[in-house]
Amino acid sequence: MKAWVFGDNVDTDVIVPGRTMKFAIEDIAPHCLEAVSPAFSSEVKPGDFVVAGRNFGCGSSREQAPAALKHLGVAALVAESFAGLFYRNALNLGLPALVCNGARRIRNGDALEINYDKNEIVNLTMHQTLAFEPIPGHLMQMVRDGGLLPHLEKRLKCRTTS
Amino acid sequence: MRQTLAQKLVARAAGRSSVTPGEIVTCKVDLAMMHDSGGPRRVKPMLERLGAKVWDPAKVVVITDHYLPAYDDESRKIIRIARDWVREAGIENFYDAQGICHVVLPERGHLRPGMFAVGGDSHSPTGGAFAAYMFGVGATEMLGVLVTGEIWLKVPHTIVMDFDGALQAGVSAKDMMLFLIGRFGLDGGQYQAVEYRGAAIRKLPMQERMTLCNMTAELGGQTGLIASDEVTQDFLKTKTEIWESDADAAVLAHHRFNAGDLDPQVAAPHSPANTKAVGQFASIQPTLAYIGACTGAKLEDLRMASQVLRNRKSKLRLLVAPASLRDQKAAEEDGTLKMLLDAGAELLPNACGICAGYGEDVLPENMVAISSTARNFKGRMGAASSQVYLASPYTVAATAVAGRVCDPREFLR
Repeated sequence: MKAWVFGDNVDTDVIVPGRTMKFAIEDIAPHCLEAVSPAFSSEVKPGDFVVAGRNFGCGSSREQAPAALKHLGVAALVAESFAGLFYRNALNLGLPALVCNGARRIRNGDALEINYDKNEIVNLTMHQTLAFEPIPGHLMQMVRDGGLLPHLEKRLKCRTTS
Repeated sequence: MRQTLAQKLVARAAGRSSVTPGEIVTCKVDLAMMHDSGGPRRVKPMLERLGAKVWDPAKVVVITDHYLPAYDDESRKIIRIARDWVREAGIENFYDAQGICHVVLPERGHLRPGMFAVGGDSHSPTGGAFAAYMFGVGATEMLGVLVTGEIWLKVPHTIVMDFDGALQAGVSAKDMMLFLIGRFGLDGGQYQAVEYRGAAIRKLPMQERMTLCNMTAELGGQTGLIASDEVTQDFLKTKTEIWESDADAAVLAHHRFNAGDLDPQVAAPHSPANTKAVGQFASIQPTLAYIGACTGAKLEDLRMASQVLRNRKSKLRLLVAPASLRDQKAAEEDGTLKMLLDAGAELLPNACGICAGYGEDVLPENMVAISSTARNFKGRMGAASSQVYLASPYTVAATAVAGRVCDPREFLR
């Protein structure tokens, strides 16, 4: 649905502050991105998208960063580029992180739709279609399974039943 | 095919004779390191959900450093889970309150050239200083490693940072990294392998090399690497294999610098990429000087600070949190610690402390601080209104003495 647009180099300390790391995800999520967008965590709706420029998620390895976004119902992340560690963490949690050269053309509040078969982001507000780089095949199955944990669960089950 | 150090390390772990940058491979993990924050408290419930056991407890190292000293019910619980879990899981390599994981790991002999290792912390590239391929992963990815003993990897390209010559007195590895991050940005490493080479790198002691690889995280590399040599062997007190790039292996970029030209560097709030030479910051008057963290409070870092603080007094509140208990003891024995304390330093526990912003003591509203740590992102070390300047231990110490941001070379002539 709606795009929430952020800038370059949004770091994990900004996504989820360190002082909240001792809490469970439902208590961390209300602080998600509060330093740059105080209204975000209360106004973001399930199915919304987070859109950013370069190097989204740089900084620490804390998985609570993508976990908080997922907990708030964010359907996918779209950015010009992601920090590598954050990218792996997001996919491991089943949260699609889409690398899109045209991410900067998306404006705050634009309505988006994602077509995973065509690797396209459709901007319904701007009547634009933007291509994203396909998620590598070996990871897409894991994302479809809902992340690494359910993916492993499935694999281990297959092993015990076969 | 000529291979870079990164390719050789990945190929060995993937059971291949060679690998090509860009291809996706599965690697066998020689060592998995976790700390209390991203480790047991996160992986234990997931292992239970899967009904799975740790693939090889002898290859797992757990180190408590983030929530120490525990100060409330939540932090006490996190530490207790770590202590209980290592017993349940049969993990003997457990270092409790011994210091920060990236410093304790090599200090206790767990890293060897040629290894392939993962750490549940973003500063895990520190291990690359030992010519080991080591990088950071999140808790779920760590779970995958604990269950399977394997991890996938896109074989990295190598970006070479080549420093010829020698650093001036009062200029350090930290200054090299702040300079590189300022020059190439927080994503300059492109999640590839960054290899540090050249005469100036060969001259660096092991813990300075660790600082280079540590801050490869801020440069955006997946890992930072340095070929092993006699300095590596001396630190590890054992003759090890030499792991290095083939001379003519293809690399993505080869950047050349003269280390002797480098001035001390300072990064302004709120990014390690906001770097300029120290002279640009003379009007900044911090109220706190912090020497701490895996990046900036190892024995070598404490020695750098002590060279400046020796027989001088700090005008600022000066906090020192030695990165490991063993480094603190060594600093006590060689007189380094006394020089710091005589200058007015307050000693803090051997833990991540204010750097991670996890504890009780964090920076209050509007405080201006100068810090030997790695990150000055908004709100990381405390209040979002606090302002953190990053610098080397030399420069933090010089600033403490002068009461304003100061070039340490003035004190070392």
